[in-house]
This record gives sequence, structure tokens and C-alpha cells, in this order.
Amino acid sequence: MTLGLVFWLDLGIKLVVVAAVVPLIGMVIGYGEMKLSAHMQSRVGPYFAGGRYGWAQLIADGIKFIQKEDIVPTDADRPVFKWAPALVFLGTMALLVIIPLHPSSNGIVRDLDVGIFYALAISSVSTIGVLMAGWSSANKYSMIGGLRAAGQLIAYELPLVLATVGVVIQAGTMSMQGIVQAQIVQGWPFLLTQFIGFAIFMIAALAELTRLPFDMPIAESELVMGYVTEYSGFRFLFFFLAEFTNMFSMSAIAATLFLGGYGLWGLDPSNLLSPVILFAKVGVLLFLMIWLRWTLPRLREDQLQTLAWKWLIPISIANIIVTAVLKVVV
Amino acid sequence: MKVPTFRNLARIPKPGMLTGMRVTFVTMLRTWAFNLSGGKVGLRATVNYPVVKETPVPRARGVIALDQEACTVCMLCARSCPDWCIYIEGHKELKPPTRPGGRPRARATLDRFDIDYALCMYCGICVEVCPFDALFWTPEYEYSEYDMGPMMHDMDRLQDWMKTVPAGLGAQS
Repeated sequence: MTLGLVFWLDLGIKLVVVAAVVPLIGMVIGYGEMKLSAHMQSRVGPYFAGGRYGWAQLIADGIKFIQKEDIVPTDADRPVFKWAPALVFLGTMALLVIIPLHPSSNGIVRDLDVGIFYALAISSVSTIGVLMAGWSSANKYSMIGGLRAAGQLIAYELPLVLATVGVVIQAGTMSMQGIVQAQIVQGWPFLLTQFIGFAIFMIAALAELTRLPFDMPIAESELVMGYVTEYSGFRFLFFFLAEFTNMFSMSAIAATLFLGGYGLWGLDPSNLLSPVILFAKVGVLLFLMIWLRWTLPRLREDQLQTLAWKWLIPISIANIIVTAVLKVVV
Repeated sequence: MKVPTFRNLARIPKPGMLTGMRVTFVTMLRTWAFNLSGGKVGLRATVNYPVVKETPVPRARGVIALDQEACTVCMLCARSCPDWCIYIEGHKELKPPTRPGGRPRARATLDRFDIDYALCMYCGICVEVCPFDALFWTPEYEYSEYDMGPMMHDMDRLQDWMKTVPAGLGAQS
């Protein structure tokens, strides 16, 4: 076999795996969210689809979305409107590249030396997609939603980046595998020393995901559906999937940076349990996100900006200074 | 000094956010326990509708039933209806006189009494305004349709619903 064929075969298999895994993640999280939100509101939740526990609810939803008509508004900027969901989804998918599941090189798509830097940079790509969707829809609600999203994502990108700097200083590397190994070597997760960083990271991640305490870009009661107002069918499904996949990857990054990734006390990380440990940690963080979403009301736009610029950014900078000083002193 | 019990632990001032988080978490566990135990423990606000049916309160405004015998085709209900969803047609029938040689009695007879439940907004003015107690609220609620057209229910269907009028709220006769 020539090298070219191996390359294309490898790429094809990876594409098929990704195309199968990403919707699966989205469906599992979507189902979990439906069921948990129902229980938190004293309801049953999905019940009939699939026979028991409504487990096939999300499959049914997906089929429903595919059947729906793909509508493009007359005044819309057609190519921009059509490509915006793809761009949002691209930024989400690219995040999955650097999540380490296992210490071996097969447990990660690509171990980059600048891992966490890459993650934070690539997650901004979806901001452009959101802005494209808001601009091209030729709709006031979409426009306001898109601008709100841009303002919010720019504001919360900073605390998100600054919160990870503390971890990078402590670990001495930006590679995701390296950060996990550092935590395994020292024996405790960075959560203990970087608790402030973890809290800021989770708040900023919620804002990046535009999930409920920070869902002003969508804000059903004010903006219909924000930048996704004009989308229907498969393109809407893309936004939907992107949100849930993004939830997963943000939780996975938080679990890797602060909770020790696939490592657990007194357990050899090279066994096959490692991905399970990581998924358990991700599950806890996902539950936290869903729990917060179904409890807290939406912030006001000015409260949102105040929280980012006046509180999170100064606190995270102070956190960096203290971490750096302690790193040198201790 | 007060002994810290579980009860006065709840009185310690804490941010409202944590209180809210506790409420949703406890509700979640309670609903979950209810589902797992089949209703023995825990609490749940809703039922699995088509499988389990809730009994509405007797005075629930489910649907309006018609007692055809009591109706005199006076049209007061149709005229008082804010969105004109009642359609009435009738004619005068002559009945034999009460005593020999008398004038034949006139009796108004219903030909059509339809209520368009796609339009009805359940205000109940027709029930209030009926001088002969021919219209009644009943808690019956299972009359949904797949289309707008069949939401127009005729007088026989309305008469059927008389059976669902709760005792004590129905016709006196």
C-alpha cells in the first residue's frame, strides 16, 4: 500500500468515527438534559419514544429535523446564511481534537504542544459563525442576538483564557497530555490549588456556551430565538448539536485542566479504565451545567458585562500573579 | 446557646442562588424516587396522560353540554357569544291544543345547535345567559381532533356530554 492510500484510509476512518461519535454525544447530553430538567420541574420527561424511559426521543427529534423544510429568508445573504451553521459546528468539532482519553498516543487525536492554546483559539471560530448567522438572517431579532453573542463571547473569552494560565504555570506545559501527567505525578488535581481558576473557567465556559444564566443572545422572551430565529430543519439541528458537543468539549477541557483528566488516585492511568474516569468527571461537570441552567434566571445584559470586566478578569489576573509568585518562591 | 439542629440549619442566611440550587436538586431526587418506586415514595406533579388519566375538579370548564329538551331556540347564547361560535337554527312546530277546540300550541324546535370549539374561548357567557338552564359546563376534556373542521360539534354530541355533567351541577329535572 502506498503512503497516500494509507493517509486517505486513515482520514476516512477518522471521519466516520467523528461523524458517529459527535451526534451520539449530542444525543446523550440532550437526552440527559431533557430528563434532568423534567425531574427538576417535577415532570416525567421523555417517556414514550423507544418503549422504555423515552430513550429514543433524541433520535426521533433528529429525524424530525431532517424532514423539515430548509427555509432561507428572501432578504437573507444566502451563502453566509447557509455556511454559518457549518462554521459554528467546525469550531466545536475542532475542540475534540485535543481531549486526551488515555496516556497512549492513540487516546488522543493529536497531542499538540500548544494544546490548551489551540483549544481556546479554535473555540473563537464559532463566534464568527454566530455573528454570520445573526447578520445574514435579515431579521432584527437575529441581528440583536448576533451582536449580543459577539459582545458576550469576546468579553468571556478573556477570563476563560486567563483562568487557564494558572494551570499552565503550575504544570509548566500547554500540552493537554502534559497537564494530565503533571497532575498524576504530583498526586492531586489542580482543583485544590486553582479553585478560583476552576470557578472562573466554569462561569466563563457557561457564558461561551450561551447557556442559561448567560443566554442573552438567545433570550426567548426578548429575541424569539436570537441568531437562530430564521433557521429551520437541518441547519437548526447543526446549532443544536454544536451547543451540546461544545458542552461536552468544554467540560472535558475543564476536567482535564482542573480535575486530573483520566487520572485517579492510586490507579495506573495506562489501563482501559482511563476514558471511563474522564467521562465520569465530564458527566459531573455536565450535570453541574444542566443543574445551573434549570435553576438560575437570566442575567441582564449590563450585569453580564459587569461580571466579566469588573469581576472575573481582575480576579483571574490576581490569580495569575499569585500563582506565578508562588511558583517562583516555593 | 441554640443547639444546631437540622431544622435551624436551614435558617442560616445563605445566598439565594444556593437555596435555588437546593430546591431543584431536592425536587429532582423526589421525582426520581417517585418514578423508580412507582409512586410509593417521592412526589411528582404530573401524570403520564394517555396511560394515566387525571380526574378534573367537578367545576372544571372542560366543555359545554346542551340539554336539547330545555332549549327554546331563543338565540340569547348565540347573540351573547363574543366570537360567534354558536350556530343555531330552529323552526316552529304546531302541537295539538290542550283542550278540544282550542288553538294549536306553538313549540320552537331545534334543527341545529353547533358550537365551533376551534373558536370558543371558554368564557362561559352562554352558560350564564341561558334563561332555561339548557347549557352546562362539564369537566370532560377529551374531544381533540386532527383538524380544525371537526372541532365544530353538533347538538347530538353536545347532548351526549350532558351525561358527564357532575351530579348536583346538572339539570334539576
